[in-house]
Amino acid sequence: MAKILIDPITRIEGHLSIEIDVQNGKVVDAKSIGDMFRGYERIFAGRNPLDANQLSQRICGVCPISHGIASSKCLEGAFGIKPNDNGRILRNLMLGANYLHSHLIHFYHLAALDYVDITALLKYTGGDSKINNLKGWVENELKVKKGRADAITAGAPFLPRYEGNFYIKDVDTNISAINGYVKALEMRMKAHKMVAAIGGRAPHAIGLVPGGVTQVPTRAMIREYKKHIKEIQNFIDDEYLAHVKAVAGEFKDYFKIGTFANFMSYGLFDLDNDDKKFFLQRGIAYGTKLDVFDPNRIREQVQYARYSSGSNLHPYDGQTVPNPQKNGAYTWLKAPRYDGKAMEVGPLARVVISYLSGNKAVKSQVDALLAEVKQDLPAVFSTLGRHAARAIETKLIAAELYNWIDQLEVNGKPRSTFEIPDSGEGMGLVEASRGALGHWIRVKDKKIANYQCVVPTTWFCGPRGDDGKRGPVEEALLNTPIADVNNPIEAARVVRSFDPCIACAVHVVEGDREIGTFKVC
Amino acid sequence: MSLNRRDFLKIMGGTAAAITFPSVMIQGCKRALEKASERTNVIWIQAQSCSGCSVSLLNQVDPSIVSVITEYISLNYHQTLMAGTGHAATRVLEEAVKKNRKDFVLIVEGSIPMKDDKYCTIGEVDGRLISAREWIEKLGANATHLVSIGTCAAYGGIPAAEPRDGSGNPTGAISLSRLMKGKTVLNIPGCPPHPNWMVGTLLHVLLKGMPELDEYGRPKMYYGKTVHEQCERLSDYKAGTFAKYWGDEGCLYQVGCLGMDSCCDIPVRKWLGGVNSCTQCGAGCIGCTEDVFPDFGRRGVFKHLNARNENLIKLEHRVAAFNLRNGGVING
Repeated sequence: MAKILIDPITRIEGHLSIEIDVQNGKVVDAKSIGDMFRGYERIFAGRNPLDANQLSQRICGVCPISHGIASSKCLEGAFGIKPNDNGRILRNLMLGANYLHSHLIHFYHLAALDYVDITALLKYTGGDSKINNLKGWVENELKVKKGRADAITAGAPFLPRYEGNFYIKDVDTNISAINGYVKALEMRMKAHKMVAAIGGRAPHAIGLVPGGVTQVPTRAMIREYKKHIKEIQNFIDDEYLAHVKAVAGEFKDYFKIGTFANFMSYGLFDLDNDDKKFFLQRGIAYGTKLDVFDPNRIREQVQYARYSSGSNLHPYDGQTVPNPQKNGAYTWLKAPRYDGKAMEVGPLARVVISYLSGNKAVKSQVDALLAEVKQDLPAVFSTLGRHAARAIETKLIAAELYNWIDQLEVNGKPRSTFEIPDSGEGMGLVEASRGALGHWIRVKDKKIANYQCVVPTTWFCGPRGDDGKRGPVEEALLNTPIADVNNPIEAARVVRSFDPCIACAVHVVEGDREIGTFKVC
Repeated sequence: MSLNRRDFLKIMGGTAAAITFPSVMIQGCKRALEKASERTNVIWIQAQSCSGCSVSLLNQVDPSIVSVITEYISLNYHQTLMAGTGHAATRVLEEAVKKNRKDFVLIVEGSIPMKDDKYCTIGEVDGRLISAREWIEKLGANATHLVSIGTCAAYGGIPAAEPRDGSGNPTGAISLSRLMKGKTVLNIPGCPPHPNWMVGTLLHVLLKGMPELDEYGRPKMYYGKTVHEQCERLSDYKAGTFAKYWGDEGCLYQVGCLGMDSCCDIPVRKWLGGVNSCTQCGAGCIGCTEDVFPDFGRRGVFKHLNARNENLIKLEHRVAAFNLRNGGVING
């Protein structure tokens, strides 16, 4: 048996490592390890509730919009208000644009280098000047610079990498995907222009507030937002989907690798102001069996996490007392459980639950894709299924943005108003690009008494629960074949398909109970 | 470094070349550009960060981020972007330390936890987990330049904020300059910083040497003026028109804007190539480029929206000057 620690897992957000036990060329056990803690919980408590809106976005620089919206929604609950229509739609437009950015960055800039061969550029013989520039660069790096004293590494940041017979061989497919890498950088930047048109800036939008947003939907704002949709949409339809299919074609095994089948979604994009109707459905699925979601069944367990505080608590009562030296604990991530079970959240969960709920748009996309790759629905509960679900979702969202713009009341108020009450509590559920995100707040004396987030990455990258059962990523890694224990790229592929965001996961924002009496180890 | 003069001027000046980039430097840099021919090695360590600064860097428009990383710098280590993972990644840092390399710029994103090394570790060497603090100390001792990207690395930021119950910061998070005492650290604060500030400052250092810094270690060319004096809504302020609520017409002071006390050029440079700004969108400045963000003493970010009118400093008493740390104009 070989115990391998892959540390750090790069090309994800934040500090994660994975320990795997490999026996006869297969993973037989796995631990997912969050390597960083910031302790936002005590920093939030005692502040003006409005500060949570800005501070909580700094939990994560990749999905700040979802944190901003989740905190706005939990503040609205505590203040006893609802957003107005403009506010809700403008938030959807911001979140939708941030999805385009996040999903493109995930596939092309984080995940694709596990499949695509950058050195294929050396074999390029075509006439595209941009690609020839890149070819010249790779040639110079590998033939001139490599081994030279002034180079720390040649070909950075694309080399070094895991070396072996791991990558796509077809030159044209590689070149096309590399071209996609470069183009996707521009597309995701344009998606951020759309976010900034409403939110003031990106990342970390400044204009998200309880009740809606601050930016009035003027004609100029709408023009700036609309300007970029078509181009991004074309890229998604013509290239992103094709590249995902190309990877699926070359790596068919991954329809069977990295499997997990418990899913949860809070519902993506509010279509009413009552948190009831969604663009992608809310629910729970165990395999192909659908169930109703009930927020009271959420708990967080910490037996294997580096916290000395109580375990199996509901988020409203959550505690976080760090203990870096806790015996038997191996991660800074807690283990969230729904009804006692580990759940996968994210694009795959959303797509599966929407499919089972009878969402026609999702169903037609999924069925068409399954027919094309000759697979059944359970095949999508896998590494490739996650990439495919992400791509399908991106396509559907990009197409929907126009409809939402048309529903805006031009130059109308972008938010409702509020007064901060002496006390109150609220819950804000939203789907971040990587999965279900919830914020819970208790307000006392117009200040934050307790604030807690349960974030997507703790759901899927969390450790064993109190019952000793593995978290989703740990479970999904089992049976992954590892061809070369010195270059365990297969395990990295499985982990990355979840799109982990460790900044979110370990900067869990949880409140202490009594301000002023809180003691930490 | 192969950077043409046009690109260089663009990034240095951005949309406000005339006010942010002294002409004497424009003449000087031509010679420097001719001399420069190699990409500069860059090691970028993320400690207690949210990666927001890195995401903001990707929003660099002109020259594009692809040009930046293939023509101007050699990004040898960057956890979010590099292909190598596990040992293939850690080896880059290990070799740089072992071989005692002195030919790289060290960029740090995120604050550094001091209470326990386990609060942030990056990779393993010979079976031992290495903390972010240890990497930064070892690499920082030899780096040609130390650069803090973002407010967390520059001043501590949110991870270093003080809990209101007086129990002290949970992880003992500190800034790069506090960790590397005695070394010159170039600060590019902001939560996140504008990509032009990052790339522009870096190029300035590589081509022209250190830019002129203010007392908080920030390049004056980007942080030399307050938000207020460059604000799109300055005329509202002068006319005495104040917004009662976010998004309304008028100066945003009464909804908690910290622009009078915070320094950066966002109202003129704007985000994402001119799309919008913090003040333009109706939210206001949250003072994210300042060393006292997000505490501002006991004030916090959104004091004024809660404050009673009689507690606000009388508007006619205020000056368009920067006096934040002395409890100055924001002391409402």
